[in-house]
Amino acid sequence: MTSSFKGPKASRRQFLAGAAVIGAGAATGVRAATPDPLITEIQPWAQGLGDGVDATPYGMPIRFEQDVVRRNVPWLTADPISSINFTPIHALDGTITPQGCAFERHHSGAIELAKEDYRLMINGLVDRPLVFTYEDLERFPREQHVYFCECAANTGMEWAGAQLNGAQFTHGMIHNMEYTGVPLRTLLNEAGIQTEGKWVYVEGADASSNGRSIPLEKALEDVLVAFKANGEALRKEHGYPVRLVVPGWEGNMWVKWLRRIEVTTQAVESREETSKYTDTLADGTSRKWTWVMDAKSVVTSPSPQSPIKHGPGPLVITGLAWSGHGKIKRVDVSIDGGKTWQQARLASEPGDKALARFYLDINWDGSEMLLQSRAMDETGYVQPTKKQLREVRGLNSVYHNNCIQTWHVKTNGEAENVEVS
Amino acid sequence: MSKSLKLFAGSAISTVLMLTLSVNFADRLTPEMPAEFDRVAVENDREFHLIARAYADEAKADAPFGLGREALPEEIAAWNLDVSPDGTGLPVGSGDVMTGEEVFADNCAVCHGDFAEGRDNWPKLAGGDGTLADDDPLKTVGSYWPHLSTTWDYVNRSMPFGNAQSLTADEVYAIVAYILYSNYLVEDDFVLSNENFTEIVLPNAEGFIIDDRAETEYAIWSGEPCMENCKESVEITRRATNLDVTPGVDTAEEQAATAPAAEAPAAEEAAAPAAEPAAEPEAVVEAAAPAAIDMDLAGKGEKVFKKCKACHKVGDGAKNGSGPQLNGIVGRAVASADGFKYSGPMVDHGGDWTPERLAAFLANPKGEVKGTKMSFAGLKKEEDVAAVIEYLKTFGQ
Repeated sequence: MTSSFKGPKASRRQFLAGAAVIGAGAATGVRAATPDPLITEIQPWAQGLGDGVDATPYGMPIRFEQDVVRRNVPWLTADPISSINFTPIHALDGTITPQGCAFERHHSGAIELAKEDYRLMINGLVDRPLVFTYEDLERFPREQHVYFCECAANTGMEWAGAQLNGAQFTHGMIHNMEYTGVPLRTLLNEAGIQTEGKWVYVEGADASSNGRSIPLEKALEDVLVAFKANGEALRKEHGYPVRLVVPGWEGNMWVKWLRRIEVTTQAVESREETSKYTDTLADGTSRKWTWVMDAKSVVTSPSPQSPIKHGPGPLVITGLAWSGHGKIKRVDVSIDGGKTWQQARLASEPGDKALARFYLDINWDGSEMLLQSRAMDETGYVQPTKKQLREVRGLNSVYHNNCIQTWHVKTNGEAENVEVS
Repeated sequence: MSKSLKLFAGSAISTVLMLTLSVNFADRLTPEMPAEFDRVAVENDREFHLIARAYADEAKADAPFGLGREALPEEIAAWNLDVSPDGTGLPVGSGDVMTGEEVFADNCAVCHGDFAEGRDNWPKLAGGDGTLADDDPLKTVGSYWPHLSTTWDYVNRSMPFGNAQSLTADEVYAIVAYILYSNYLVEDDFVLSNENFTEIVLPNAEGFIIDDRAETEYAIWSGEPCMENCKESVEITRRATNLDVTPGVDTAEEQAATAPAAEAPAAEEAAAPAAEPAAEPEAVVEAAAPAAIDMDLAGKGEKVFKKCKACHKVGDGAKNGSGPQLNGIVGRAVASADGFKYSGPMVDHGGDWTPERLAAFLANPKGEVKGTKMSFAGLKKEEDVAAVIEYLKTFGQ
């Protein structure tokens, strides 16, 4: 069995020692001292009855999974109503993020907007300014796409040094869903764009309005006006009933509770595209319109919130990779802090601007590891180290930190967020 | 002379005013499209893009679907509020610094401070001049924001927090004038209007460049990466556990407990459940109110309470924020919310919050308790005071 693993081989003695830790769970070579009562005794669930089909009209995860939830970092913001929480990526697998634990970012809270109260206006430089109801939107030809949505501030707390101890907190401002909706270009065609139109300004129905300007080229390329995610209605916190999906671009542009699209000649330069979501460089000048989220990856397990509990032996190293420029081409993993790298296995054909899941199956010898992952996308871009990023941008960029992350895995299996030379 | 003037007078006089006249303002700020705003490879998904393009062409060529209806001028006027750097979208109106100071004190100072200096974790709107290249830059309207239109637009549409779109155009002009004054950018007799608006050039107007990652980063970080012997040695240089600022993973209480001490007030507030803060009080009003409470009045009070909500939580699970939680406040001992750090004068105020004492405090907080941390100007209307107290009575504990 161990021969199929690519990683460093453990000695038979180490392997047995590791197996002993897990007792009955070990696969080969160990004889249990006593029979397992979970097998030899009749258990209540094997004798009595479970819930009926009317117990959970809409099911929630079983109570044993109650730790797999969004969490926030209270000291980050003044108030949870204008704040962010984090997807528990350390505890998920696959690529699709369940809506119920997909991160939220609100600027004036998650509002409750009923479909019958929903209106979408297209105005500005169009032939026919229009108002759509929710029902109107459902009558346009639909498309389906899986896309990641990453907040520009994801990993932003790590610029100055390793700070938050967990993949959820360092990389959890991301989710990946299958969206159903109408291409924005279909709606814009319905209104008829005038030739002077160069931008669209999009805003939401909440008090923040969170307006953003998007170049017309992008608006016509792949932006989606979405009303379903992962097969069901959007959640309130993700913009029910309608949100904008701006593939590969920073999450702030994915306007929730979308209520208005204005075709303009110039960018509005709203609060969210000037005072926020701009990247200050070391000399004090700032980049604006840094919309694309560059290629990035992170090992989700093992990680500080997902330590190794089974001792040496077979170990699944897994993580996520993504790029706002297209598909992930390759992910490399290092267990020695970047001295040597080996190519990880992609679980499936990566999608365009969607999360990719990678695995590296090793036979852990029980020694310390400095775990890193490095993504490469189809443009040939290679995820940089934090040092490389700092050389170009300094320490105050806040946003768009796509550096290689390091987890220090100790001999007891615990992991810690560290920076390495 | 007002308090703020006394505080600012000395430095304001000696400060070089940044007010610049520029007839070319609008032209200069017309943004140019980046040459290559998106390097999404044309190679990828060629088939899909071809299909999509064909579909788009088809949609363009074909008659529209005929869905939706024409937007009426009144509807467009109601929603088309955004203001651009060249002043497009500004309504007619004006406001002066001194009026702005009053409006700001009533509507903004609870979070942003009397002098726009910011309270707790709430944004600072003034100061930070010349700090953008520092280790810890202070980004404010004065030090960072490139366009004044952004300030007007945001205040007009999204502020005050919890009571957006409640200000008149003149009040917004006045607030923006006061924010300029707080940043030493105008004198105290300055009047901002739609006429002179685009003459204001903010200090950091030229401080932004369009995304240049394609030139400065992508070319360097591309190509076949190193796989073997990539570096001689690896040392751990920093550890997250040294800082110990990661929230606990079990309960909201732990999240609050593990937050850095310096940020404790914000942390306590943030640990309160974020769900449905607006809907909750209504439900409680209906379910739990004793008969003696005037429900109509309490309903009015709920609207008035919007002015308080940014700092004060009330209802199930309410926790202290910038201000103490207010469950049971009517009749509660003064300065008695567990875990809230009251000012000395508030502790000295003593006794219980009878409706009468609350009314006096709410009408004139700083007059009634000199030195209170609550930087709210007070409720001017007696009926608002009565209504909000009636509303607070509905939260027993």
